[in-house]
Amino acid sequence: MSATPANPARGHLLRCGPGESLLDVAKYQATGGFQALRKALAMPPAALIDEVKKATIRGRGGAGFPAGTKWSFLPKDNPKPRYLVINADEGEPGTFKDRYFLEQDPFPLLEGIAISAYAIGAHTAYLYVRGEFVRGIKVLEDAVEAMRKAGALGRSVLGSPFSLEIIVHPGAGAYICGEESALLESIEGKPGRPRNRPPFPAVAGLWACPTIINNVETMACVRLVLMHGADAFLAMGLPKDGGPKIYGLSGHVKRPGLYEAPLGLSLRTLIYDFGGGTIDDRPIKGIIPGGSSTPVLGPDALDVAMDFESIKAVGSMLGTAAATIFTEGTCPVAVLLRISRFYAHESCGQCTPCRDGTGWLERIVESIEHGTARPGDCDVLLAAANQIMGNTICALGDAAALPVISFVNRFRDDFEAHIAGRGCPYGAA
Amino acid sequence: MALAFTPEVDREFDRIVRRYPNRRAALIPTLILADREFGYLSREAMDYVAKRLELPAAWVLSTATFYTMLRKRPTGKHHVQVCVNVACYLKGADQLGDHLKKRLGIGFGEVTPDGLFSLEGVQCLAACGTAPVLQVNGAYHEDMTPEKADALIQSLRTAPAPGGATSGPGGAV
Ligand SMILES: Cc1cc2nc3c(=O)[nH]c(=O)nc-3n(C[C@H](O)[C@H](O)[C@H](O)COP(=O)(O)O)c2cc1C
Ligand code: SF4
Repeated sequence: MSATPANPARGHLLRCGPGESLLDVAKYQATGGFQALRKALAMPPAALIDEVKKATIRGRGGAGFPAGTKWSFLPKDNPKPRYLVINADEGEPGTFKDRYFLEQDPFPLLEGIAISAYAIGAHTAYLYVRGEFVRGIKVLEDAVEAMRKAGALGRSVLGSPFSLEIIVHPGAGAYICGEESALLESIEGKPGRPRNRPPFPAVAGLWACPTIINNVETMACVRLVLMHGADAFLAMGLPKDGGPKIYGLSGHVKRPGLYEAPLGLSLRTLIYDFGGGTIDDRPIKGIIPGGSSTPVLGPDALDVAMDFESIKAVGSMLGTAAATIFTEGTCPVAVLLRISRFYAHESCGQCTPCRDGTGWLERIVESIEHGTARPGDCDVLLAAANQIMGNTICALGDAAALPVISFVNRFRDDFEAHIAGRGCPYGAA
Repeated sequence: MALAFTPEVDREFDRIVRRYPNRRAALIPTLILADREFGYLSREAMDYVAKRLELPAAWVLSTATFYTMLRKRPTGKHHVQVCVNVACYLKGADQLGDHLKKRLGIGFGEVTPDGLFSLEGVQCLAACGTAPVLQVNGAYHEDMTPEKADALIQSLRTAPAPGGATSGPGGAV
């Protein structure tokens, strides 16, 4: 693992800090902008996909699926048009990294999209942005226009025979539309209800055409691979996973925010070096490592490396690498209540275990927090969560169950104290 | 009077419709447009969009009711949305919400009698590094405190009516 960068708010992905922006296309071009795209357009698409595969870019949207491998699932002989869809729904609580590209630094994202579209043979790319990002949508629309005027989009991308349109498509406030098949339904103008798979989107996606869906940060990584080559990209992180990563930090820390570091940064470095430690130097009680669906860890996990495999080995997930920290004195039941309320609110309602189960989880957690639960309700919670796991169309069901299971197991004494004492010993609500 | 887009909004409507291979794909962006123009999506507004896109009214209704940002009832002139999710909770979102409720004299989901403000608790706004956060008509206000919230409310009381391309929810579409 390479050393942490001197200024973690700057790097290959995060090119500017809070309050700054890079919105001028002329400046972008003058500082190497679109050179990666130019390089890509001179390569046969198959060689480009090989390069991305070699770099093993693991998807930055949460699941960590290797981008190059996903691209190679596209059918070779399907005559329908192909689409590239970029997921900028950024809904997983705790996560706020993609917003950086949308509001502060759109061109590396758009360049990555152009490279990826060329690689997979798509002439239309949809950039699905959550509707709350009003400013991001405006910035992106302006950036797409500027890029077209600069000749890097449209009928002939940088003078090549390749044509590409990027369409910025707004969401309208539904977390489930971050799930890739719900996102496709949403672009089609329907309620965002996830689809049964198979068929997978690579075979039958948007309007039943072959479709690749990738996260915003994944696109920025594609550009880095083309700019520096797969080997250099790999050297920016762990050889296995590869590349730099944007880490988020929120909750009870002195310096919350976004930080770039190689994949495999330790939680300790993130929290204590980058984040300046906890507020009032209180001891850590819980660490939600990668968005609210990832199982909660304790201070014993501080030396775990934040990469896909290492976090999995201690029973959680890297997710979006957006760590939320809470310190001693925080009621874990109150924290879980916010999480369970969220998933119950966002269930699309088409599978019974998720629709009914998430509401059930919320109500039991609420009754524990408010002191109206009965002895044994912790086991009821665990049983209910386990009945959701694996029994639903999409992963929202698991996302709702995993925090419940991990919070009850890790903080069982706290949960039981609420039940026995008929109320919250922390005075939370 | 029957609802209709102004000529300027009509041009925006046409621009949106033109970029998709079929009209249904334009539904959510044009519903956002109608929501912004008409203040919320009444049945009449939904029917208008259905007619303009030549889509069955039932398709429009089922989509409009699925998405929380598409308003199904009127809000205040300044729609204040306070994040209540984990990262904001840890940084005092409950206190911020309570403060605003007291200050405005309304609860979540309510509108002040003069129609100036409405208040709502919303889910994660993806600004967790600058929690607690709230949005007013789609604009972010981050690192909030009760004092900052007071100053914001005060400035909104005297602000001109929102509108144009950068305000209203989905304003930039
Ligand atoms: C309930 C749910 C919500 C999701 N939300 C997002 C999201 O907001 N952004 C995102 O990029 N991926 C999200 N995902 C993951 C996507 O389904 C998909 O795996 C991802 O966009 C693929 O991109 P990647 O391979 O580049 O990571 C979500 C998944 C689920 C199950
Ligand atoms: S798991 Fe939940 S959110 Fe996903 S499809 Fe089923 S009901 Fe909808």
